[in-house]
Amino acid sequence: MSTAELEQAKTSAKLPPHPERATMEGRNKILGLWLFIGAETVMFACFFGTYLALKGSNLDGPTTQELYQIPMVAISTLILLVSSLTSVLGVLGMHQNNYKKMMLWFGVTVLLGFSFLGLEIYEFVEYVHAGHTFAGSAFGSAFYTLLGTHGAHVLFGVLWISGLLVQVWRRGMSLDMAPKFFSASLYWHFIDVIWVFIFTVVYLMGKV
Amino acid sequence: MATLVTIIVFILFLSAILTGGYNKELMDRFRSHWLWDWITTVDHKKIGIMYGIGGGFFFILGGIEALLIRTQLFYPNNDFIVGRAFNELLTMHGTTMIFFVAMPLLFALMNMIVPLQIGARDVAFPFLNAMGLWFFIAGGILMNLSWLFGNAPDAGWTNYVPIAANEYSAGTGIDYYVLGLQISGFGTLMSGINFLATIINMRTEGMSFLRMPLFTWTSFISSALILFGFPPLTAGLFLIMFERLFGANFFDVAAGGNPIIWEHLFWIFGHPEVYIVVLPAFGIMSEVISTFSKKRLFGYTSMVFATILIGFLGFMVWAHHMFTVGMGPVANSIFAIATMTIAVPTGIKVFNWLFTMWGGKIRFTTAMLYAVGFIPTFVMGGVTGVMLSTPPGDYQYHDSYFVVAHFHYVLIGGTVFGILAGFYYWWPKIFGYKLNEKLGKWNFWLFFIGFHLTFLIQHFIGLFGMPRRVFTYQPEDGLTLINQISTVGAYMMAVATILFVVNVIYSYRHRVPVGNDPWDGRTLEWSIPSPAPFYNFAQLPKVRALDAFWHEKMKGNKEMEPAEPLGPIHMPSNNHLPIVIVLGFFISGLGFVFRSNEVGALGLIFAFLMMFVRSFEKDHGYHVETDEVEKVEKGVKA
Repeated sequence: MSTAELEQAKTSAKLPPHPERATMEGRNKILGLWLFIGAETVMFACFFGTYLALKGSNLDGPTTQELYQIPMVAISTLILLVSSLTSVLGVLGMHQNNYKKMMLWFGVTVLLGFSFLGLEIYEFVEYVHAGHTFAGSAFGSAFYTLLGTHGAHVLFGVLWISGLLVQVWRRGMSLDMAPKFFSASLYWHFIDVIWVFIFTVVYLMGKV
Repeated sequence: MATLVTIIVFILFLSAILTGGYNKELMDRFRSHWLWDWITTVDHKKIGIMYGIGGGFFFILGGIEALLIRTQLFYPNNDFIVGRAFNELLTMHGTTMIFFVAMPLLFALMNMIVPLQIGARDVAFPFLNAMGLWFFIAGGILMNLSWLFGNAPDAGWTNYVPIAANEYSAGTGIDYYVLGLQISGFGTLMSGINFLATIINMRTEGMSFLRMPLFTWTSFISSALILFGFPPLTAGLFLIMFERLFGANFFDVAAGGNPIIWEHLFWIFGHPEVYIVVLPAFGIMSEVISTFSKKRLFGYTSMVFATILIGFLGFMVWAHHMFTVGMGPVANSIFAIATMTIAVPTGIKVFNWLFTMWGGKIRFTTAMLYAVGFIPTFVMGGVTGVMLSTPPGDYQYHDSYFVVAHFHYVLIGGTVFGILAGFYYWWPKIFGYKLNEKLGKWNFWLFFIGFHLTFLIQHFIGLFGMPRRVFTYQPEDGLTLINQISTVGAYMMAVATILFVVNVIYSYRHRVPVGNDPWDGRTLEWSIPSPAPFYNFAQLPKVRALDAFWHEKMKGNKEMEPAEPLGPIHMPSNNHLPIVIVLGFFISGLGFVFRSNEVGALGLIFAFLMMFVRSFEKDHGYHVETDEVEKVEKGVKA
């Protein structure tokens, strides 16, 4: 695609098919985000390893079996999985040049993200009341570090997507915005996948 | 109260920035200053030069620390620097040399050269690239502030717990280490991602992967190692930070923790790290040896695959640093065998360099001298490496000066020789004039002899039983003379380093402009003017073979065939946000070091807020028009 065509595409309402890969900048952004996800995977793997090594060291605090409430965590999981789906619907809206649809679904993603965070905070408060604290035992430190890092990623994700929504709301959709939405949704899927591992390795395996 | 003041100042500062309520004229004067241009630059060549200046500064700092260490060890029972101060010196020497010298100096060369070698006008993420630079500088300054405020890190560059825990290292020393490395680590990760994306996406027409020059290849693999090697360090540093600042219990055995977790995380990072710093040096050597032998690199494809293999195996061997921890014979054997395997691809490389020189028309320039000096030196470091990889042997050598000698042979003999060769080789491309060859040769011989004088003898100091990291020894130990020889060698290296600085100044004063191609080079960077114009290539070149420029020269062409007509060139605009974002992280780091969590949190909030400002920015860059390109090109040729 030539520069002139790109300039035109930037201003017109209709974006080219796969707008996120239409520019070199967009392709770089998506590749860069994939690479970043690779690095993040390794970091989370380290926190998972630390957690697995220390999860039996609960000292006076409750054990994993006593602590975890699967029903509530299952609801959190459901919320996060659905939010991944809604972000896909948002990207679909972008590909159909239907920006109302895109904004709507990304908006729903943000709401679901916030409700997940709310549930997680509620869960942590419960745990602290049950005597499971950050400084109480090695298990507590490892648990809150792993879950907290994930939660911080969720928080960053919802703020990021909210920022993008404000940008489109104020300035309208453009070719620059396409790779931003696409990579935000990639990042969101990644957070979701990490949560699937947390659900399995921390909660389900903590129950057996 | 202090917190309140900080918050108020912070809010005022922020509202001033966001509302633009500052003196416009003053800002205009700032903006027209040359320093502002350098601070806000996103040009990879300028960023490379700043990496070079930063790395050079820390090299002198780390060198002074080394000299103080060697001075203390000149006599038995010397009381020049003892106890904690000595521990601080050796910790800061190691950490500085690895993180704030070797890495930034390699990033300097990668920034300056890799885009030119693949025929790109810029890197994939100019903004991130600038941020990486400022992260490195912020981390380096933060860590070295510990000298000014007292209480430097003192647990060795490996920072093992529990000696790095509050109980055994009271005060803020280790916090400087943790936060300084965390901050500079973010920058390193960004630069790694940037180079990976650049090399994958930004190659010019015809520059297939197997036509990339070897320096680009090794930078590529090294960036991949950064991508997967730095996150374990990030994770480990978070754990230590939480342990020291927020009372977490990862490593405290009494609270159910396990100190071995840190050792694993550190070495899962730490072993790839040594390949991160040595692989680009291999690449530089390959370029230099091939150019000054006037021959195509022998076994190019096997060189590429050896590089990939070293990168892969580099992740499989971390536990050989932990043989004496007591992992058991099975784990020790597996890691021993994996370690020995690395000798195979490294051996392939050594023979390829030798065969490249074989029958070549060799010119012994300073760069070539460093490359030729590198081969035997690095082989010696490799041989002691294989010795150390056998667990029963390692039980004897462990924590002795033998280990110190080994890793200085690979890190100086490999990385530092490589960096110096790279600077002598690419100096004309970066600045438009050569470094003085006569001074260069003095610099090489003094450095080379001084190096071997310092470290060859240290093998024996170790074998005679002197442990590393101790501040003294007894007269009856029989270690006096050999320690004194080692110290004399260290001072010789210092003189050589001063000579290099003299050379830089002398060559600048007596600079003679050189043409595009002073060394009769083979790769793309030599096909464009020296120093390279800010847009690098007026027209992107079309690559038709390995050693693209050499190929054209052999066909009788003076220039590369363009892959596109002359047209307007798109460039990214300068931006002040990278340094502003990093400033937020720096303030945060300083806050956490001083155990003021409010300031720490505020710094982070500020940094993330600035990232959102960046996200809202409409930064489309600008276009250099065709006639301007023509004007610059003519100006260069005239």
